[in-house]
Amino acid sequence: MAQEPQTVEPADTPPAPPHPAVQTVQQRFGNAVEEVVTFRDEITLRLQKDAVHDALQLLRDDAALRYDLLIDLTGVDWRVRAPRFDVVYQLYSTANRHRLRVKSGVNALERGDSIATASDLWASANWLERECYDMFGINFAGHPDLRRILLPEDWNEGYPLRKDYPLRGHKQWGQYH
Amino acid sequence: MADTTTTRPIIADMPHMPGIDEQSVESDRVLEGGDREMILNLGPQHPSTHGVLRVVLRLDGEVIRACDLVIGYLHRGTEKLGENARYVQFTPWTDRTDYISAPSNNLGYIMAVEKLLGITDRIPERATYFRVILAELTRIASHLVGIGTHAMDIGALSMSLFTFREREMILDLFENYCGARLTTNIMEVGGFQRPIPDTFWEQTREFLRVMPERLAEYEKLLNANPIWIGRTKGIGYISREDALSFGLTGPLLRAAGVNYDVRKALPYLVYDRLDFEIPLGENSDTYDRYLIRMEEMRQSLRIIEQCMAQMPTDGPLMADEPKFVFPPHDAVMFEAEAMQRHFKLVIEGFSPPPGEVYVGIENPKGELGYYIVSDGTPHAYRLRIRPPSMINLQIVNKISVGTMIADLIAILGTIDMVLGEVDR
Repeated sequence: MAQEPQTVEPADTPPAPPHPAVQTVQQRFGNAVEEVVTFRDEITLRLQKDAVHDALQLLRDDAALRYDLLIDLTGVDWRVRAPRFDVVYQLYSTANRHRLRVKSGVNALERGDSIATASDLWASANWLERECYDMFGINFAGHPDLRRILLPEDWNEGYPLRKDYPLRGHKQWGQYH
Repeated sequence: MADTTTTRPIIADMPHMPGIDEQSVESDRVLEGGDREMILNLGPQHPSTHGVLRVVLRLDGEVIRACDLVIGYLHRGTEKLGENARYVQFTPWTDRTDYISAPSNNLGYIMAVEKLLGITDRIPERATYFRVILAELTRIASHLVGIGTHAMDIGALSMSLFTFREREMILDLFENYCGARLTTNIMEVGGFQRPIPDTFWEQTREFLRVMPERLAEYEKLLNANPIWIGRTKGIGYISREDALSFGLTGPLLRAAGVNYDVRKALPYLVYDRLDFEIPLGENSDTYDRYLIRMEEMRQSLRIIEQCMAQMPTDGPLMADEPKFVFPPHDAVMFEAEAMQRHFKLVIEGFSPPPGEVYVGIENPKGELGYYIVSDGTPHAYRLRIRPPSMINLQIVNKISVGTMIADLIAILGTIDMVLGEVDR
């Protein structure tokens, strides 16, 4: 059964001061920061869904942090957890040469849930969010052009990267075959 | 003029295309002077799209008014496969994403798995240097294909004959070491299994000897070629802001003047011990990006030379991590314990601790990233490939508007995408 990743840290290391980016976000969005995980020297910030857009904007525009590249945006399906999905943003700051990961939970499209789009902050989020929608069925509210990108436009067989999507099947895909 | 009521094939299956509205197939949008706009379908089998890329254009004469890229024709569900295969089993799949630079793809994936396992520091120095050599050879091979086909698309047909000749030397090197030329599956968790033959070094030295002359030869063919200059200078301009906003990486971002090369910014392997430069562009046009790729090849040659000088001449090529690393082939045949270990690794695989890692490396096309979420089982729970080609390609939608169709071909060439990676 899938488990949420846990922090694996030796017990005898003294706690290091949090990274400036973490401090800044915690100051601004105190309660919205659900968790800060450091694993293999990578920092992951888990935020509440409603705060993600503003936090990303803060991380991008803050004069000291300047996470100006949205390197990647993707989803993770946790199947039985609520909210079901994680949306994962990988940020990079060209000025500080630092990577940061921001995460947030969101439920499936058919449950009527959605997360705010980042495509107004970074143009690269446009296709990445489309792919996320295509593969996981996550709705990005405010996205200018949310349609399938890798699969055919009228694919109505679900979202393939969900864990309950079968790995193989015997059905013939008529026109796509 | 075609009858508009019967010829609507494009819009029928593309209902919501931005910039290309439902009424504008061929006739409804009448321009001044009575001309009509036209929808043109470029691809998916167009040779200059370097694979199966479909570009839908709305044209006013020869000028592009709107552009929509349709991708996914080569989608094979690589990420899903990665989530259902053991870690070692997935390495060959990485070859098949960006199939022009397979060793480099292997490297990114292997580094992510090693980071997840926590054995990054345990890789022998000799293997690390050899990884750098292979990655830089890959970079040269990829840029050779990129420049060769790019030049071929826009009129300099002979270029591809020259660049493919030198690429052949690199493929021969891969073949000499691992037996495969394109889908090499050359890297393993922990290092390298096979010893490096002496002939590999002879061939590499020969390659290092001839390559600078050949690069000069290419420049002779292109730098003073009025057609090449006319078709690349000032074409496909990308502003610095756009480059960052669209998440570009690799030569495209550096041509826009942003100094971001993962090898320098967040050095991995032994790049911090090597002396090389990152060329930056000034005009951020197609010509600049060509110059950057040429210079990167020269720098790669320097890196390979330094690696060969610094690399320990003997020592292990494989990490001493019996839990994660396959035993040597000879031992499997003659030692019971080694055979048990081999059997266990094949049947069960290894289980990294629960956690998540992202590893980004400088692939020839840009930053190739692997994001792996582990739940403590021998399969990745989530395996995400950050495809540089796909993310770089998106900007075509923007920069092609207002240019001629012929310039679109130059722009697609300069993006240097591989559709296997775009669609995964």
